[in-house]
This record gives sequence, structure tokens and C-alpha cells, in this order.
Amino acid sequence: MPKSLFEKVWDAHSVRKLANGQTQLLIGTHLIHEVTSPQAFGMLRDLGLKVLMPHRTFATVDHIVPTNELVEPYKDPLAQAMMDELRKNCAQFGVTFFDRATGKQGIVHIVGPEQGITQPGTTIACGDSHTSTHGAFGAIAFGIGTSQVRDVLATQTMALGALKVRRIEVNGKLRAGVYAKDVILHIIRVLGVNGGTGFAYEYAGSVFDGFTMEERMTVCNMSIEGGARVGYVNPDETTFAYLKGRPYSPTGAAWDAAVANWKSFASDAGCRYDDVVKIDAADIAPTVTWGINPGQGISITENVPDPTKATSDDEKAGIIEALAYMKLPAGQPIKGTKINVAFLGSCTNGRLSDFQEVAKYIKGRKVAPGVRAIAVPGSQIVALQCEKLGLDKILAEAGFEWRAAGCSMCLAMNPDKLIGDELCASSSNRNFKGRQGSITGRTVLMSPVMVAAAAVTGSVADAREVFAVNN
Amino acid sequence: MALEKITQVSGRGVYVPGNDIDTDRIIPARFMKCVVFDGLGEFLFFDVRHTPEGVPTGHPIDKPEHKGAKILLTGANFGCGSSREHAPQAIHKAGFRAVIAENFAEIFFGNSTTLGIPCVNAAREDIAKVAAAIEKNPAIEVVVDVAALEVRFGGDKIKITQRDSARDALVNGRWDAIGELIDGVPAVKATAAKLPYLAA
Repeated sequence: MPKSLFEKVWDAHSVRKLANGQTQLLIGTHLIHEVTSPQAFGMLRDLGLKVLMPHRTFATVDHIVPTNELVEPYKDPLAQAMMDELRKNCAQFGVTFFDRATGKQGIVHIVGPEQGITQPGTTIACGDSHTSTHGAFGAIAFGIGTSQVRDVLATQTMALGALKVRRIEVNGKLRAGVYAKDVILHIIRVLGVNGGTGFAYEYAGSVFDGFTMEERMTVCNMSIEGGARVGYVNPDETTFAYLKGRPYSPTGAAWDAAVANWKSFASDAGCRYDDVVKIDAADIAPTVTWGINPGQGISITENVPDPTKATSDDEKAGIIEALAYMKLPAGQPIKGTKINVAFLGSCTNGRLSDFQEVAKYIKGRKVAPGVRAIAVPGSQIVALQCEKLGLDKILAEAGFEWRAAGCSMCLAMNPDKLIGDELCASSSNRNFKGRQGSITGRTVLMSPVMVAAAAVTGSVADAREVFAVNN
Repeated sequence: MALEKITQVSGRGVYVPGNDIDTDRIIPARFMKCVVFDGLGEFLFFDVRHTPEGVPTGHPIDKPEHKGAKILLTGANFGCGSSREHAPQAIHKAGFRAVIAENFAEIFFGNSTTLGIPCVNAAREDIAKVAAAIEKNPAIEVVVDVAALEVRFGGDKIKITQRDSARDALVNGRWDAIGELIDGVPAVKATAAKLPYLAA
């Protein structure tokens, strides 16, 4: 019987049925970081347990690292304590740690792929909801809580029920100025922030076939913002070409065997899906959020919704709450909204191609007066790649502060934060109330090139007008 | 590991209205700078409970009549966003032992169940009924009966639903799977040996 990638990977990793009907699922690769792992190691010690497969467990530090302070001890003693705890735990339990000194540190969802640890047909877990990013390679990757981090450390498994699979096909050709970020913001807008609850999203269609791995990662990354715990793209030649030659990729005869094996995991033609959604690429516009969840998005040319025109009481209440928080007038264009901060980076859009695309357009332009602009590479390797190409200089000349690798202003567990009700044009993934570190701070999510356009004009802008975008 | 069989939870209830209450709102990220979960309870809903200047806003859970409440009632898609277990930990440490909502975000639901916090679904109008009864008399006892799939309050009751696997785990005292997972380790190794990327 034809099967989807999800079913194949699930079946290959199913250990046994548990008493409550869930499956004990083998997690081949466990990625950990400093925020959600210390308590799990603490529980392990309390129970007198070891890490079952330390060689399948990889750590990095990302959420709390200051991106403008490289010397330890950090000014924030809590951040330093978390760093020290991770170092201690990795040393004690024999876990590979991509610490800053290795030159391989970065956001966990950027490090895994760039090291070649993230591979097709595998299961991955990490105590972070954006773990779905790794699905870009045809892996089934779960964001988990700390007790499950403990479970995976101790047993390399966790208890889980199978997900349904929704295939989301995007066919046709994206219009100029429309990026992977717009594709996922559009999908979430159409299906809703909880539309994916209980589902794994399989992204497919000609747009995904043509996407680079970095573009696929951007989309898979935000699956959880649509409620889907897992998102993936079937592995193909693009996937294999990306993985070839990476530090943890197989070599020689093992490479050929691995590619053959990886191909076998792709969804079979004619397999059953629980749901299929088709989207026309031409319907997707450069998209920005206007509210307080990632589903509250509109095209840059649309107006902010008007609560009096809402079609349900729920929608009306949602619009009123969001507009009050965002301090945006109802029914007015989003374009032209003044910004205070421009943030480029995060596990969604902190990769080489993101900075290349921005540099291409911002070269010779200047960030508008009064706008605080920061560019934060997702990993030390991304930073180096950018610096070799001189992208850091182009961004710095334009007025972006070029930082060291980390999560930075995506979630403000480090010194990069909004102040007061500053409005941030952000390439990150969440626009929740207070997300960027100020109780009243405001976030407008958009693609990196749209962030660049906002930075140079000082307001939410249409990058197609600001730059002659021809991607 | 013998765990408590959680068949029902009873106590006072408090209604926190709103849909899509995300985990950043349940526990803002800055309070996650910690290496233990202790003390998270006081930071539950912190930024909704206080103005930027730190003045209490009169949030439902801070109202004197709701002090000591054990049952949290809320709207749809509760717990969306991040996978932080800090969110259900904060709810638990603030004294709550069950959550009633229209529905829950996936990861939050799993994290809560693993901590032995029943998350049960109810229809919006039924949640409103319980909320109205609590508003009338905050001291009434609300009983979340996971086994019978109903919530009883002040002589009235509503129907609830819960995912079978979670209900089974709670009522049979196996909501924390670690013991069972450890028992399966020999089988784990056998499964791993069949997968090329793990066999090597």
C-alpha cells in the first residue's frame, strides 16, 4: 500500500505500543540547548539515569547568548549560569556541544542542517517548537517539552500518538518580491493558527520542488505557528546536494547507500492523505502581520481589518484586541506604519541566502534616521560565510549593526529587546504580545527583504516599490 | 514508578477569558532564565497581571475570591506557540490542577498531561455556564471528572471530552511515561539496529 513519508518514518521508528495506546517512538537525533535541557538533566540525576545514546545527542547554545558580548562571564549572571550548566551537563553525560569556541555554535535549527546532522527519513526532537524546521530534509521533527527531553535523553524515545497528514500543494510561479516567508505566512493566514492541530504538514507542489533547502527550512520552521507540530518536504536531489560533504554526512559507498535509503522514504504516488489543500502561487503576495498572532497577516497592499466588518463575534473580538495592542487604526493601510526597529535574523530567516538577498537590495542605501537596525546571523558559520562575501560590510554601511550568532531579538532572552511600545519590522516567527522583550513592544512579521525595505524607509513598505525586486 | 490515578480534580474555578492565549503570555520568556522550575508559579500570566510599571491589573487569578483556585477555565487554542514546559509548570506551581478549554495547542496539551494536569475540552457555551456560576459564587466547588467525562458545579453539570490516550494515562496513573519507556529500552536498541543511520 502506498504510504506517505510521515507514515514510513513513523513505522520505521515505532518501538512498540504503550498501555495508553500511544507509540514508543525512537528519536534518532536529539538536539538540545540551554533553556529547556537543564531541568531534564536534573531529572536524570534525580532518577539516577544516564543518556542512552550520547552520540546521537547534540547541543548548542542560542537563546540566551548575547550577540554583542563575546567574552564570558556575561553581564547577566542568569545567562552565564545557563551556559555553565549546559557545559557541565554535556561534559558529564558525554554529549557533543557546539560551544562558541568550536566555531560551529548557532541557533539549534541552523546548526543541525549545516552540520549534516539533519537527514531524510530520520526522527528528530528538540525542546523547541521550531524543530519542525528540520522537516525541510524529509525528517519528522518534533518540538518537545522538558519532561520529554528527559525521556529522550534517558531512552532515546518518547510516547506519542501518530499525527494526521495534510498535504499542502503550492503550484505555479511565485510573483517577483514574494519569498518563502510570504508562502508560510499566507498558508497560516489561510488555514489559521490552530488549523494544523493534530496534523503533520507535507509541503509539496512546483514551488517547493523549485525551492532551495534554505527556503524549505523557512517554511517548515513556521509550521507550528499554524498549529502543526510537524512540517516536511519530501527529500529530492536538492536535499542530497545540500547534504553532500557536510561534516556528519555519510561519505564514499555509505553516501550512495544513504541516498538510496533516503529516496525510499519519500511519499509514494497515490498515498492517502487526511486532507489536501491546494494554493495557487500567484495568489501569494508579500505578506505582513498586523496583529498578535502569525495568522493575522495581510498583503502589503491591503488594509488592516476593520472590526465592524468582522464576520463573527470571535473575529471581531480578536481584531479589537489585536489593534488595541498594536495601536493601529482599523481599516487603514498597513503600508506606511512607522517602525522603530528592524530585525534580521532568527531560525526562520537567519541563513546565508537571507543576508545575500538583503545585501543585494540594500547595497548603497541607508537605514532611515531613528531606526535601530540589527542583523544577526543564525550561526557562526553563517556569520563567516557572510563576512567572506563582504555582506556584513554592505549591511553595516547601510546602517545595520552586524552581530554574533544567536536567537537575539526573536524572543528576547538576551540583551536584544524592544523598548516600550517600539514597533519592529522583524524576520522572526512570532508576533505575540511581549514576544520581543517589552510588555508593550509590537512586532510586524515579514520577509528579510521587506525588513530591509522597512528599514530604509522607516515604515512598513512594499519592497517591490522600494527596491526593483526581481527575484 | 507508581503515579497517582487522576480520575477527578475538584476545587474552586477561575475563568480567564480569551482565545489563542500563547505560552509567551502564560510565562514570558525572561522568566525562563533558570535551571530549575521552582518559583515559576508567581510569574504565571505575569505581563497580563501587571502594567508595564508593575501595577496589578486585577487579573482574574489575582482576585481575592479566586485565591486558591485549582481549575482554570479559558477559551480556544490555549497554550499555542512555544514548546516550553515552563508554561504548564507555571500553571501547576500556581496551584492549578486542571484546565478546561474549548481546545488546546498540541505541544502544550502533551506537556500538561505528562505533568498530570488534565486538559479537558468543553463547548464554549458550557464553559460560559461554568464561568457564570463561578462569577455568581466563586466559592462553589468545580469537579472535573476525567473518568466520567463531565464537569460538575453547583448542582449542574456539563459534558467534556479528552483524547483517549491522555484520559487512559491519567485515570490509570501512567501519565508520566518514563517508567514504561525505560522498560522498552531493549526493544529500542533492536529498532535502532535496523536503521542504517543508528546502526553504524
